Amino acid sequence: MTTQLPPGIQLEKIDDRIMTLNVGPQHPGSGHMRLIIKVDGDYIVSCDPDPGYVHRGEEKMAEYRNYIQNVPHLERPVIHDSSNILYPYCLAVEELLGIEVPERAKYVRVIAAELNRCIYTLYWLAIYGIFLGHSTMFMWPAGDRELFIDLLEAMSGARVTHAYLVPGGVRNDLPANFEERCLRQVDYFEKRLKEYQAVFYKNPILISRTEGTGILSRTDAIRLGTTGSVLRASGVNFDIRKKEPYDVYENLDFETVVMKEGDSYARSYVPYLEMFESCRIIRDAIRKMPKSGSVRTKLKPNPKGGNEEVYKRVESGRGALGYYVVSNNRPEPYRVKISVGSFRNLICMPYLLKGELLGNMPAVYWSLNYWPVEADR
Amino acid sequence: MSSENDKDGQPSETTAESSENAKSLSKEDAKKFYEEKGIDLSPDAPVKPRPIPPFEKSISDKVASKFGSKVTVDYVRESRIRISTKKEDILDVAHFIRDELGYDHAESVSGVDYPDSKEIEVVYHLGSYTDEKLASQVLTLATRVPREEIPNPGKDSSRMTSLREVFYSVEFHERECFEMFGVYFEGHPDNRRLLLPEDWADIPPFRKDFKIKGR
Repeated sequence: MTTQLPPGIQLEKIDDRIMTLNVGPQHPGSGHMRLIIKVDGDYIVSCDPDPGYVHRGEEKMAEYRNYIQNVPHLERPVIHDSSNILYPYCLAVEELLGIEVPERAKYVRVIAAELNRCIYTLYWLAIYGIFLGHSTMFMWPAGDRELFIDLLEAMSGARVTHAYLVPGGVRNDLPANFEERCLRQVDYFEKRLKEYQAVFYKNPILISRTEGTGILSRTDAIRLGTTGSVLRASGVNFDIRKKEPYDVYENLDFETVVMKEGDSYARSYVPYLEMFESCRIIRDAIRKMPKSGSVRTKLKPNPKGGNEEVYKRVESGRGALGYYVVSNNRPEPYRVKISVGSFRNLICMPYLLKGELLGNMPAVYWSLNYWPVEADR
Repeated sequence: MSSENDKDGQPSETTAESSENAKSLSKEDAKKFYEEKGIDLSPDAPVKPRPIPPFEKSISDKVASKFGSKVTVDYVRESRIRISTKKEDILDVAHFIRDELGYDHAESVSGVDYPDSKEIEVVYHLGSYTDEKLASQVLTLATRVPREEIPNPGKDSSRMTSLREVFYSVEFHERECFEMFGVYFEGHPDNRRLLLPEDWADIPPFRKDFKIKGR
């Protein structure tokens, strides 16, 4: 049946209904990456992530510098989680060079890593809050983050780029009275965290935007190889700190946070609950830490690795973080590959955004605990 | 021959005698200096005898007995097994590792360039979420593909079968390996560039013959 259309009026074709949007790389909702999104009205038909705008070639740079020179630049992908991104590198180099780390240094590393995990999670929570239009949730974590930054500044001397963990231990010992100060601030922070619950996680606006959106089933989470809070929010009990304990994590008392919902709300709630566990770990580590002793094993000048390879992984703020280091009897590594949680979680972005409202894109996207700079390396 | 420099920064090639203006220690002085400080200067990293753990050994034995001479078990260490195979057999080995051993996802896919032996190694790090016993294990599955002197990514002989149908999670990792090393993955549905810019016109940048400017 053909209808005679009035002159100047055409029927819409199906291709015209689909509109392609470039979200990013300058868009504030995307971070330093581009999402090529196709929309039909308000609904997302497909999403093609295009990372790489902040690619720095960390892995290539590492091939030109020796094992110690690599320390400061390898933390650059996630400067607000710098201890955790250096952790597996230090573990890998220690195994390559056959270095034993002093007992006290292991505890100091754990404290630094957990403080840094809180710093990262608070930063992420602040961004998550502001993208859901909740400016209080931007201000509060950004303010509370300063407490931990001050602590790490006292430990390492730098506010953000600490380079505190080095192969062989940590760069310097804890300052005087650090333990009391740290415990005081952790106690205060736990009280403060409970207030987040009332103002953010029980807020009906957050719940309406995140609950039931971007559901990732347990099977898909495993099949797509996701990691970190994304995986644990989909009901998989997997945390490297528990499953393959490194340094002294096996002596410390903490639980793995697992939720079964798999939606954006669960993915935003798991890192929050993990901050309580981080506080527990810090408290326990300070209690069990040897009160004195060396914190750094002296390395040989310009140490050379043997002719072998190592793969070491830790649990960072964004999931498992692995370093694959190949050595060939030279002071420089032959090849360094950094397997980061952000890059591994990137693969589920097209799955989660398909069929979702465009307005919910930031809620789903930032719930993935994704850091574009780390994904690009 | 001395490595010390004179005042003008010109290398003094004729004499080994030390001058007061020497900017760097001679080798003997440096050795003495390190000995006084008690710093060990022995050249190699101490090789510790590694015990072979029984559980890891049982996993690698399963692969070895199934495939025989097609696979090589490179090492068995605590929580780490490395198995290398020819690129023709990697799909079968990967199917066996997933279906019979219980590894269910890939953590990373790395390329390693070996210009001397004219090969590029592709290394898969596989892990398991579903099997509680394998949670701490990482199985390294490696294979080697030919390396062309002048690369032509996607069209030359640097190619192998994609493992995406076995381990779905390798999708983006293999795309990264393709653009950074020029290894084409046959059967991969989406062999486009991921991180590199669309107008990148140089050789794949993680190959050893790609040099960083100024280095």
